[in-house]
Amino acid sequence: MTKASMTRWLALGLALALSGPAAQAQQAPIKLGELNSYARWAAFTVPYRNGWQMALDEINAKGGVLGRKLEIVSRDDGATTGDATRVADELVTREGVSLLFGSFQSNVGIAMADYANQKKILYIAAEPLTDAITMAQGNRYTFRIRPSNFMQVGMLVDQAKASGAKRWAIVAPNYEYGQSAAEVFKRLIMERVPGAEIVAEQYPALGKIEAGATVSALEQAKPDGIFNVLFGPDLTQFVREGNTRGLFEDTTILSLLTGEPEWLLPLKDEVPEGWTVTGYPWDEITDPKHKAFVDAYRAKFNETPRLGSLLGYMVVYMIRDTIERAGSVETEAMIKALEDAKFDTVIGPVTMRGIDNQATMGAWVGKLVLKGATGGMTDWTYMDGAPFMPSEAEVKAARKD
Amino acid sequence: MDLSFLAIQALNGLSSASSLFITACGLTLVFGVTRIVNFAHGSLYMIGAYTAATLVPRLLEFSFGPVTFWAGILASAIVVGLIGVLIEVLLLRRIYGAPELFQLLATFGVVLVVQDVTILIFGPEDILGPRAPGLRAPVEILGRRFPSYELVLIAAGPVVLGLVWLLLRRTRFGVLVRAATQDREMIAALGVNQALLFTGTLFLGAFLAGLGGALQIPRVSAHAGMDLSIIAEAFVVTVVGGMGSVPGAFLAAILIGQLQAFGILIFPKSTLVVVFLLMAVVLAVRPYGFFGRPEAIGGTHAVGVASRERSPFATLAALAVIGVLAALPLIGDAYVLKVATEILIFALFAFSLQLLIGVGGLVSFGHAAFFGLGAYGSALAVKWLALPMETAIPAGLLLAALGAALIGAFVVRLSGIYLAMMTLAAAQIVFAVAFQWVDVTGGDNGIVGVWPSAWASGPITYYLFTLAITAAVILLLMRVIDAPFGYALRAARDSTARAEAIGLHIRRHRWLAFTISGAAAGLAGGIYAFSRGSVDPTLLGIPTSVDALTMLLIGGIQTVTGPLVGAGVLHVLRDQIMPLTSLWRLVLGLSIIAIVLVFPRGIVGTLRAWREERA
Repeated sequence: MTKASMTRWLALGLALALSGPAAQAQQAPIKLGELNSYARWAAFTVPYRNGWQMALDEINAKGGVLGRKLEIVSRDDGATTGDATRVADELVTREGVSLLFGSFQSNVGIAMADYANQKKILYIAAEPLTDAITMAQGNRYTFRIRPSNFMQVGMLVDQAKASGAKRWAIVAPNYEYGQSAAEVFKRLIMERVPGAEIVAEQYPALGKIEAGATVSALEQAKPDGIFNVLFGPDLTQFVREGNTRGLFEDTTILSLLTGEPEWLLPLKDEVPEGWTVTGYPWDEITDPKHKAFVDAYRAKFNETPRLGSLLGYMVVYMIRDTIERAGSVETEAMIKALEDAKFDTVIGPVTMRGIDNQATMGAWVGKLVLKGATGGMTDWTYMDGAPFMPSEAEVKAARKD
Repeated sequence: MDLSFLAIQALNGLSSASSLFITACGLTLVFGVTRIVNFAHGSLYMIGAYTAATLVPRLLEFSFGPVTFWAGILASAIVVGLIGVLIEVLLLRRIYGAPELFQLLATFGVVLVVQDVTILIFGPEDILGPRAPGLRAPVEILGRRFPSYELVLIAAGPVVLGLVWLLLRRTRFGVLVRAATQDREMIAALGVNQALLFTGTLFLGAFLAGLGGALQIPRVSAHAGMDLSIIAEAFVVTVVGGMGSVPGAFLAAILIGQLQAFGILIFPKSTLVVVFLLMAVVLAVRPYGFFGRPEAIGGTHAVGVASRERSPFATLAALAVIGVLAALPLIGDAYVLKVATEILIFALFAFSLQLLIGVGGLVSFGHAAFFGLGAYGSALAVKWLALPMETAIPAGLLLAALGAALIGAFVVRLSGIYLAMMTLAAAQIVFAVAFQWVDVTGGDNGIVGVWPSAWASGPITYYLFTLAITAAVILLLMRVIDAPFGYALRAARDSTARAEAIGLHIRRHRWLAFTISGAAAGLAGGIYAFSRGSVDPTLLGIPTSVDALTMLLIGGIQTVTGPLVGAGVLHVLRDQIMPLTSLWRLVLGLSIIAIVLVFPRGIVGTLRAWREERA
């Protein structure tokens, strides 16, 4: 290292040493650390950022929490486990945040859970869906809001019973999220649909699907049901090739997340009608509280909400409630305030189950349909998460704590 | 598995091959003429797709029909071609005099800038282009439906091949391009306007990249990750085909397309490794690809550390720097120490690469393989053998050294750009193994819980531990560079023929250099794993290799202390810029470009040149 960069460090060290005490002043804002894949998964995370920004502005306009304003320090997690924990470390040691929330990819979520456990800091996994975060790799510092793979796949498999499909094919991205969803699906379909079998499995690398070849390979197995876990650019390619080649005709399709606007809108009029999906029919939810959220969001950003928007909005309000009930930003106090806590959210009551730190937020399950130039959901119902959660015995068997 | 299925799968492979060829063809032409390894080629491909996916639907609103569609595709490709011209005139032209690797660094800066600018202009959402009018319906082939657009794509490859062939064989521009591919200096001596030739080539290359991207829009949505996913494959195609050879690229693209189409049937979970395995096998059998030629005598990368008199104050200065660094815990807080620890680790990593590139003239694009092997070796030792840090780090070092010895044995038979690409292939194979051998390596989850022993777990002790080891190893490597062994490497770098004539066993020396360098990188990797508490496959990825190269080039390839300064500058830049703005890629990319323009020999190299000029 040269003297030039040394002086920079000296200057930085001095600056930090001097600014330290000042930052501790009474009315300083409460700092929350946020990290997400803003570059890699912009389609989801940019609306998500809008969502938390809106909640943050609302809360601070009403005076914040515990008499202090909230401040969110946001970073890009690079969509890799190493970058995410590195950024988290920066948020905790340099910015001095009171808790961490965010992240998108499941593998990143698991690394963050491990980090939270190691550094004994609260981490709220908003989006990552793999079961491991609340089961095998779960720990008392890690909480999740979205319904896990086990819950969402459970909702879908229930819909599969009626179709009578027995020969199933699986297509899933080859990383933690896809592997976890495929595993849960295999288990549940065998348990709940007698005589079901898996006839083909394709695991393209995330973001690198060879769509034509994948569709042909699935077609070759002649399945009467397909379980899809692809999302983002992989999904659009898969759908277009599948539509052209007639893969989806006379086939029951179960698809995770495809009804969420972030993945549905890019499909435009190519929406594969009749797929049974989990998603977010934001335009048809009539509950007044939710409508108020949608109106405010559209007025503020001149854009329709995505599921990410809703999630970002909900998470920040749940964090506010937690801090308020804990009465401080001590990690132990916040954990106590979170376990088995009930929250009143824009989509109704949500409980944070204490034994696995998994929220009971549900999902909207319905069928895809073309509405005008883009896709939407029809015949949907909101399924509360609670009945689909893993049983207490399963949780106790899986978790190490 | 019936015949019709195999036929369809082969067609699938051909249609992927076509667009891959069109893109790679541009890369190979640009390399052939300008000798620039253009990392930004994937970015041009991405711009082509985004432009077409935005432009074509608007045009179709005016008048719907095949003519409009194809005109829109062509227009998008031309726009990208013009962007290529812009890059050449504004950036590359200013650094043709710099060491050739420097241009690679500049193009990498462009990659970063384009990533952010694309999202700024086109928005975060993926854009699915329209289907081609007249080609919506599938055709029936052997009782199976096949998209008719893909048939057009299959035809497009040979058409482009034919047109490029005509251009190269039947026009004066083509004659000059071919001449430049064979001997750039000769055509300069003959009075050909090089600037115009280079600009023209960049236009053609960028045009082809844009065309490749634009042709994809009916089948692939334009999205932000396209640039990096195509560039690795395009490299494979150009290398397997032979750098600079257009027919070679065509053949290689077809081979890779088929390999991918049938590969997913046999190994549905290991699609990544087959492509790079092909590249490694081809290079092992034919060191210059299918139709490539050995590079002109004298090599193209013969710049590096020069022999110079040691300043009498060198030892004193080194001691002073180490002393100051050792005193850092007195003033720095935990975070400053963390950053300083990382800088030390990267300094060792970049320095180990300097032994190969600066001293040995062996340009490695895959140095992350050894860094990652060291990290994984340590992490695996902790996970499977429950070894403590004191033995796990040496275990990682051993694994990296073994890996380097094995890879080096294959690599030292090659030279120049082929050597660089072989190291890239090797690194990608190691990456794919770590990524897809989930049972042992944890796949993309990596391995967590790699924490240091209790005595070293505090930030201060771990920093001092890192400082002690990196300082000792760097001093040792400096001694190696000044030893007869280092001089032998330099001799081989500057003139292989003469070095051989005086009886040096070049391959053995280079192999040894590879092993030593790999071991040092592995040591850095091991220390890094324990500083983060986890390892994951990105440690083995292309970006990590590029990081090491960037540090080396920023600091100065011709100086011994360059990589150390480069590591500090790059890491501090990144650490300072990232929290400032969500557009940190843009800012970092522009910073790299600025450094390239202001310090064309690297920071240390340019400063020294200024000082010597004044003296």
